[in-house]
Amino acid sequence: MSNIAVSLQNLTLAYGDTIAVPSLNLDIIDGELIALLGPSGCGKTTTMRAIAGLMKPRSGTILIDGKDVTKTPANKRGVGLVFQSYALFPHLTGFENVAFGLRLKKRPNDEIVQRVEAGLELVGLSHLATRKPSELSGGQQQRLSLARSLVMEPKVLLLDEPLSNLDARLRLDMRTELQALQRQTGITMVFVTHDQSEALALADRIVLMKNGHIEQIGSPEALYDSPQTVFAADFVGFENIFSVGLNTQNEGTTIYNNTGELTLPYQANVSHLAWRPGGVVVGSGPHKGVVTGMAFAGDKREYVITTSAGKIKADVDVSVPAIQIGEDVFFDLPESSARMLDDKATQTQFKHG
Amino acid sequence: MGQTWASRLIIFTTLLFLVGPFIIIIFAGLSAGSSLAFPPDGLSLKWYLAVFEVESFRQSFVLSMFLAVGGTLTALVIGVPAAYAICRYNIPGAETIKIIVAAPIIVPGIIVGLALLRYLVVPLEFTVTLALFLAHTALVLPYAVRVVSASLQNLRTDIEEAAVLLGCNRLQAFTKVILPNIRSGILAAFILGFVTSFNQVPVSLFLSGPGVRTLPIDMLAYMEITYDPSVAALSALLAFLSIGIVFIAEKTLGFSRYV
Ligand SMILES: Nc1ncnc2c1ncn2[C@@H]1O[C@H](COP(=O)(O)OP(=O)(O)O)[C@@H](O)[C@H]1O
Ligand SMILES: [Mg+2]
Repeated sequence: MSNIAVSLQNLTLAYGDTIAVPSLNLDIIDGELIALLGPSGCGKTTTMRAIAGLMKPRSGTILIDGKDVTKTPANKRGVGLVFQSYALFPHLTGFENVAFGLRLKKRPNDEIVQRVEAGLELVGLSHLATRKPSELSGGQQQRLSLARSLVMEPKVLLLDEPLSNLDARLRLDMRTELQALQRQTGITMVFVTHDQSEALALADRIVLMKNGHIEQIGSPEALYDSPQTVFAADFVGFENIFSVGLNTQNEGTTIYNNTGELTLPYQANVSHLAWRPGGVVVGSGPHKGVVTGMAFAGDKREYVITTSAGKIKADVDVSVPAIQIGEDVFFDLPESSARMLDDKATQTQFKHG
Repeated sequence: MGQTWASRLIIFTTLLFLVGPFIIIIFAGLSAGSSLAFPPDGLSLKWYLAVFEVESFRQSFVLSMFLAVGGTLTALVIGVPAAYAICRYNIPGAETIKIIVAAPIIVPGIIVGLALLRYLVVPLEFTVTLALFLAHTALVLPYAVRVVSASLQNLRTDIEEAAVLLGCNRLQAFTKVILPNIRSGILAAFILGFVTSFNQVPVSLFLSGPGVRTLPIDMLAYMEITYDPSVAALSALLAFLSIGIVFIAEKTLGFSRYV
């Protein structure tokens, strides 16, 4: 019928009296790798559990492949879930963990052996099939858990913070593997993360969530370059965010945050302006501040400049000689690197003065 | 140095108190004489063999085995689901339930025995065997719930959800994923229950009737009439049985984790 794998319509999810997700609408396209991104507690896990059928929605509808599954029990939905903690069966070997679902389905033994071996092969664990989960490393448990879900050929595979329990190095390897696996199998995957760089690197599409509602949906490029709200801009690294004040003289723009204000020599008819640390010019410009912090980060130096509008973060290439803490500097917040945000809803966030 | 000597002395004394009676019993049973005495009156194995010839011992041993095995199994059939429910669901008053379940451990056996006699056997005309069976089940139940709860608490809850998403219904998730993982806890509960039931005296004392006695009660009765070393021999044999069971359990399960 359509190419929509999962459709959430006015989905409301609650724990007792606390509404965790109020009226969510989301279409997940067949075969895509989509990320649910948001800070801890914003309702990512809750949404995922509802799709899997582990949690009953307060109201709303869930469609999978166009069929209403809102009342379908979890074991009949054909949805796979890779738990944050992997949830492997401790008493079974790697092979039997992967075979578990197929045995329940009473598949012929030849088929089970063949499919399990193929699944273990896919995640590179063929040589460890006889080990118990406790005899596997974190990364191996993760892949075993993935294989266990994949052999069931789910319509949708959900992954809850799949990389968060791995160490930094392994995390980068698994990113690549996960993406390759998704391309190879073509299974629709939804993965949850609170790490924006993970979402940007992996996903075809990112759903940015805040307090149970969707703040912005889009490609990684769109989210990174054109965040639509203060929250989204902050999340993708626009660390210097200001409210735009009323222009008294028609000559420029007054921007402020809760510490103070600055006047820019150009016009901006939006509610907020935001700059990444890399977009701030240091060493020349119309504004003056004091360097109060400096951190060396390999290819750049990360400065904190205290100004009349509070602290500004600025990154400068290492080839530029270091500025010492305590020195006065000139800086510019150029129009060219400014992200203009028209986010009336967040206007009240900063109190002037 | 002085301190090590003092602590060694304390440990030695403690062990002596614990093991001493057991050693006395073993040797008292090895007596060649005809009355219970220590040190034994010469050495022989005759009383250890004579034990098996006493008809009432044979009968009461069978009853005690039946109560220990049957009562403990019944307690597990009730206790495992109860422990599961207490651990997994937000049951209102779970704490109260735990206390009630523990009551037979806390309330003195004499009172439990008297109560059962007064309210079950006398007015309801329960047979003695049935009353004993119910009493032993109730006595073992707290151990079953506690030991099984302990092993459930060590088990992640999400493996059950994982099983459901792979196609299990709730019952299958329990039997295929939960049960195999708390197997050693259940076995530990069984052994603990068995030993508790088998050694039980006060409750059984009240509920024993003519011709229906558990082994410990039968031994008491025997001693009132015949003061020969066979009771010591039997005690030593039972102690070896208990030690053997606990030893095997420790080797195979790491029993001491649960008790
Ligand atoms: N079992 C629960 N009982 C009550 N509230 C819960 C429960 N689980 C989550 N919540 C609440 O629901 C909200 C969303 O939680 P969750 O979906 O786990 O967030 P995330 O996965 O994005 O970190 C949070 O405010 C959290 O406190
Ligand atoms: Mg979560």
